[in-house]
Amino acid sequence: MNWEYAPAPESRAIANLKPNYQMFVDGQFVDGGGEPLKSINPATEEVLAEVATANAEDVDRAVKAARRAYDKVWGKMPGAERAKYIFRIARMIAERSRELAVLESLDNGKPIKESRDSDVPIAAAHFFYHAGWADKLDYAGYGPDPKPLGVAGQVIPWNFPLLMAAWKLAPALACGNTVVLKPAETTPLTALVLAEIIRDADLPPGVVNILPGAGDVGATLTTHPGIDKVAFTGSTEVGKLIQRSLAGTGRKLTLELGGKAANIVFDDAPLDQAVEGIVNGIFFNQGHVCCAGSRLLVQESVADEVLEKLRHRVSTLRVGDPLDKNTDVGAINSAEQLAKIRELSASGEEEGAERWTSPCPLPDKGFFFAPTVFSQVSQSMRIAREEIFGPVLSVLTFRTPDEAVAKANNTPYGLSAGIWTDKGSRILWMANKMRAGVVWANTFNRFDPTAPFGGYQESGFGREGGRAGLEAYLDV
Amino acid sequence: MAVDTTTGSSTGLPPELHDATRDETSLRRFLHGLPGVDQVGVEQRAAGLATRSIKKASKLWAIDTAISMVDLTTLEGADTAGKVKSLCAKAKRPDPERPDVPQVAAVCVYPDMVATAAEALRGTGINIASVATAFPSGRSSLRIKIADTEFAIEQGATEVDMVIDRGAFLSGRYGQVFDEIRTIKQACGDTHLKVILETGELATYDNVRRASWLALLAGGDFIKTSTGKVSPAATLPVTHVMLQAVHDWHAQTGQLRGVKPAGGIRATKDAIRYLVAVHEVAGEQWLTPDLFRFGASSLLNDLLMQRRTQLDGHYSGPDYVTVD
Repeated sequence: MNWEYAPAPESRAIANLKPNYQMFVDGQFVDGGGEPLKSINPATEEVLAEVATANAEDVDRAVKAARRAYDKVWGKMPGAERAKYIFRIARMIAERSRELAVLESLDNGKPIKESRDSDVPIAAAHFFYHAGWADKLDYAGYGPDPKPLGVAGQVIPWNFPLLMAAWKLAPALACGNTVVLKPAETTPLTALVLAEIIRDADLPPGVVNILPGAGDVGATLTTHPGIDKVAFTGSTEVGKLIQRSLAGTGRKLTLELGGKAANIVFDDAPLDQAVEGIVNGIFFNQGHVCCAGSRLLVQESVADEVLEKLRHRVSTLRVGDPLDKNTDVGAINSAEQLAKIRELSASGEEEGAERWTSPCPLPDKGFFFAPTVFSQVSQSMRIAREEIFGPVLSVLTFRTPDEAVAKANNTPYGLSAGIWTDKGSRILWMANKMRAGVVWANTFNRFDPTAPFGGYQESGFGREGGRAGLEAYLDV
Repeated sequence: MAVDTTTGSSTGLPPELHDATRDETSLRRFLHGLPGVDQVGVEQRAAGLATRSIKKASKLWAIDTAISMVDLTTLEGADTAGKVKSLCAKAKRPDPERPDVPQVAAVCVYPDMVATAAEALRGTGINIASVATAFPSGRSSLRIKIADTEFAIEQGATEVDMVIDRGAFLSGRYGQVFDEIRTIKQACGDTHLKVILETGELATYDNVRRASWLALLAGGDFIKTSTGKVSPAATLPVTHVMLQAVHDWHAQTGQLRGVKPAGGIRATKDAIRYLVAVHEVAGEQWLTPDLFRFGASSLLNDLLMQRRTQLDGHYSGPDYVTVD
């Protein structure tokens, strides 16, 4: 029997796509001094919209607007009042969730089921959660009357455009800071719809400013002397540049960078659910996840069984049109990223790993990469050490728990880890040994605003979410 | 547990599975050695797969396939010959105005109604399924369970839906459950045997997996979720676990065994979710009435209404399908 699912695309019209998008500065949508950029749909390579970008004067104007808003209104507003604005933003995100989900899938290439069921609801949840903190900061454990920092400069990546904006904005606003935020060059659209929501929520002008642009705008923003706090999510390489440029300035910095997480499967694990977790760990969002479980460490005694189950499961993943509700894996975000994934995969083959690629059909147009699993991988290979940031899994094996710990920690990164076993005591023992900011047990890639997220070593420092995440935006 | 004197080659099972049934201890060791099922994980997977959007031609195909997989069931104390006959008429021509609607797979009744059903269904190719072995509780002696089975077959049943002894299973007497299934299988001969696990009473997914493997090892042609008399009856995650079991069984033995969720599946939308699970968990080759069935009664009319909606482009309402 051959049961082909008919295409079930979400309507593109729901995105309310406009031909032009402007920057959001001091409560107004304005043109920028920079060269406008064209945001494309990675699934079709068509231009979606032209987006204004900022130049150095625009950055300066935005920072000054944020400073004014901080001094005159937001910094001294009672928390209970700030909370009302933040609640309103959360509600409006929820109300416009379908529009945001479709727009996110168009601009980013991620499947609609993920933007609909993960990105947008979690973005709203972050605002809801932090709205609740705004009038309770005295009880957050940072002293009786913790103060905001001032103006925050925030730079976010292209893998979760709206969600990362929410992770950055919600705690900053709840703690009484004002913000200048730069969305990623390839995915600026949902952040600008969020700007509309912020305007419609009557947030005082200048509290939030959103400036699209490329890396140069980010560099100007993060080094601007009017900024009190920098928060960056992105590559380790850029994170290091930012840290270097801020050294000695006394400005606070939090970095959330790359990762090469180990997903560790013991022989007593619930194997079918472990396979689900492995798939979710590396193929969620095309593997464009800093905490992706990109290294599978599986106990040798069950390695063959797990690999067989894994290949069967991966071959059922549906790759294609991100707007189709049945798509599991969408488009790679950019030609540049696709080239990087191809180059690293080729290195895996050259270095002697065994490559298996899902036999799924791929669309003719757009940036797509079939889910790929490398077995016979050793720690010395590039695909075991470097972040691929794509739907490519490297499978390594271990014999004992100590070996699993040693291999899992043998990376300059340290963002996340997964542990799969039915033995509770082993979960606790392993979790203590993992040098990773987030450790999942018998699950993977679960996000919640109440749980702090962040890394060790080259994965960055500082936490986002939960009580711990407030510290990044308070003078403590 | 009776010592199994047959050799591995005669059961057609690979040695490790054949060895599992050597004695009570081996059986227990095998069943407890199966990988556990993580509740959160399997429920998350089932919920995720339930969001598949099945439209247009693929929906119509699913509806027709689901109709052809229905075991149209009446298992009431109040059943009469008249009720069974009208159910059989429905089974033959589910939608009298649309002769292209497929027949259902089987009619499922109590043993004393089998003769009536067999008479009404003669020459149609529709199977006559009978519950047996002191259905639904299974609380009787093995002698009576065998007699119950033999009676159903004498009366003309082509499929037997037996219940396992959940009391024995829950107290860890796996050998007894195994022997009972095997004995009933022998009594069945060529008659198709479905083994009802009554997953609502087994309570945990680990138990569902163990009971599934136990029934497959003992020779059940189908594993079935429920009697329909216990709540919860069939659920998507339980069916996932069972579909995974028949998939793994096939991978290890090359044999194809079936799955039948029963009870509580009333809407087309739900039936399609089950078919998606069959498709993506077990595999495409299970999308046939030979390997997947729905134990249901009211589901059929909803499938017929949705079929009309797909073809006519508008809803027609419950008065346009026959109530039997």
